Amino acid sequence: MKLHIVIVEPDVTRARLVIDSLQPLGHQVTVISEASGLARRVCDIAPDIVLIDMSNPSRDILEEMALASGPMERPVAFFVDRTDRDLTLQAIEAGVSAYVVDGLQPERVATVMDAAIARFQMFRRMRTELETTRRALEERKLIDRAKGILMKARGLNEEEAYALLRKAAMDQGRKVAEVASALVTAAGLLS
Amino acid sequence: MNLTTFRIGFVPLLDMAPIAIAHEMGFAAAEGLALELHRAPSWSSLRDMLLWGQVDAAQMLAPVPVAMALGLGGAVARLDILQVMSINGDVIGVAQILADKLRVHGHDFAFTDARGAADALAKAVDGPLRIGVPFPFSTHVELVTYWLRDTGLTFELCTIPPPRMADALAAGEIDAFCVGEPWGSVAVELGAGTLLLPSRAIWAVAPEKVLAARHDWVRDNSALTGQIMRAIWRAAKWLSVPGNRLIASEILARAEYVNASVEVLDRALRGEMIISPQGEIRQVPDMIRFYDGAATFPWRSQAAWFATQMAARHGLDPDTSLRAAKEICRTDLYRQNLRMAGADLPGASEKLEGSLHHPTAVASERGQMILAPDAFFDGQVFDASGKSC
Repeated sequence: MKLHIVIVEPDVTRARLVIDSLQPLGHQVTVISEASGLARRVCDIAPDIVLIDMSNPSRDILEEMALASGPMERPVAFFVDRTDRDLTLQAIEAGVSAYVVDGLQPERVATVMDAAIARFQMFRRMRTELETTRRALEERKLIDRAKGILMKARGLNEEEAYALLRKAAMDQGRKVAEVASALVTAAGLLS
Repeated sequence: MNLTTFRIGFVPLLDMAPIAIAHEMGFAAAEGLALELHRAPSWSSLRDMLLWGQVDAAQMLAPVPVAMALGLGGAVARLDILQVMSINGDVIGVAQILADKLRVHGHDFAFTDARGAADALAKAVDGPLRIGVPFPFSTHVELVTYWLRDTGLTFELCTIPPPRMADALAAGEIDAFCVGEPWGSVAVELGAGTLLLPSRAIWAVAPEKVLAARHDWVRDNSALTGQIMRAIWRAAKWLSVPGNRLIASEILARAEYVNASVEVLDRALRGEMIISPQGEIRQVPDMIRFYDGAATFPWRSQAAWFATQMAARHGLDPDTSLRAAKEICRTDLYRQNLRMAGADLPGASEKLEGSLHHPTAVASERGQMILAPDAFFDGQVFDASGKSC
């Protein structure tokens, strides 16, 4: 049976990743990228399962929808399937939570979740790498500016300026980027 | 001294203050704990983090552990309420268009009269009123439902994440809201709405957030439980000193905590509320309370009140619900762990909710406990033994 899956995800790249892993399984996937009117749109679409990032504050809106469909009658629409501890733990670690909108067999949720979890993890790795690269770039820019300040103020060449920064960092037990940052800030105050 | 890492979760709101202060002012370290703070984006994710062991303890909406004890909401573990972390601190606000209508009908926005405000709303509104609340199980839901139940007003509660509340009001998604500070004041700052009431006008001593942990975790970690309770309790005591409020606001304003402006946080802590975009000011004594008036004691009667409201709405047996709610209030641990820290302990673990109209001295171990007024706006008194009087 083909499932209709809704992904609540403002990040296009991430949504794309999850779609790519779910469509080959033969499911129909719809992405909702805006938080406003979320409950109404999910209601209109009436999907079998909703996937949402745990770090999305709108998760509470889906929680309410789940309760509205009868909290005492059946375990609809709650956090993954609580009978499967491993799957739930994996989902939490990967940062994905699921809301089953209709009563759905646990086995069917499991396949969808496996695919989604793998993709969420992959995205997180990508993001971490991107963040690391970005930070490295920023640090290099900062160090370059600090070197420039030292070269001008002390009449040093580039190599000497860097050596001075590195020595200061080693003496103080700090990172070169931190010393550079302090120097740039101080220079900003003095100029 | 070697510190034990302790993972604690919170949602960005003014009333997470005791956690931030325990961390920043060294109360946690003094107990041998290095707090690892986890900022949760939503109440459901914080609850799940707690259930599945991503955090050891968390700030939690007081009715969440109660709802779980009643079997509501699909979550299957038992959470214990170790102590109350904050009393009051929510505001009810209405969209600007509705505020104008209320003024036309002669409402004065006195900010104290809950019955008057409800009557004014009932007169000014024709269709169903859409009211934003942060979570289906929350003090907000219980207070709003209780407040409006006899007005004949039809209303619908919609869950909106607190930081989105002001935008939702401006966009016309909701007509009104009940939300914890600073997010109500943010709506005023944006010109989206006017504040109608502080939550304390409905129930003068509504427990808002509690310190919660999994029952089995508490059982297996009795020393850690005592350490975190004392650290949070001392932080609450520190927060009750008026001179510390500005420092607290400065700390809480940071991006890693509430991420809001210092001025707005400080106003709520002082109880000096700007209620409208025109800058009208209302003084609200006890706008939010962390310590005074036995605020931190996990009264079984307060949990029982929540349980009774929920049981009625969800068609559950009232007596069973009452008992289940009382059981999770760990007054035993409160007495055991905070006695040595110097907390005064009340002689009883339940009281008649709604019976106090003035600060009242009651029997306690040290004989100096003064309870804060706890009146409901309609003068009702709730007896947690199961009889209403």
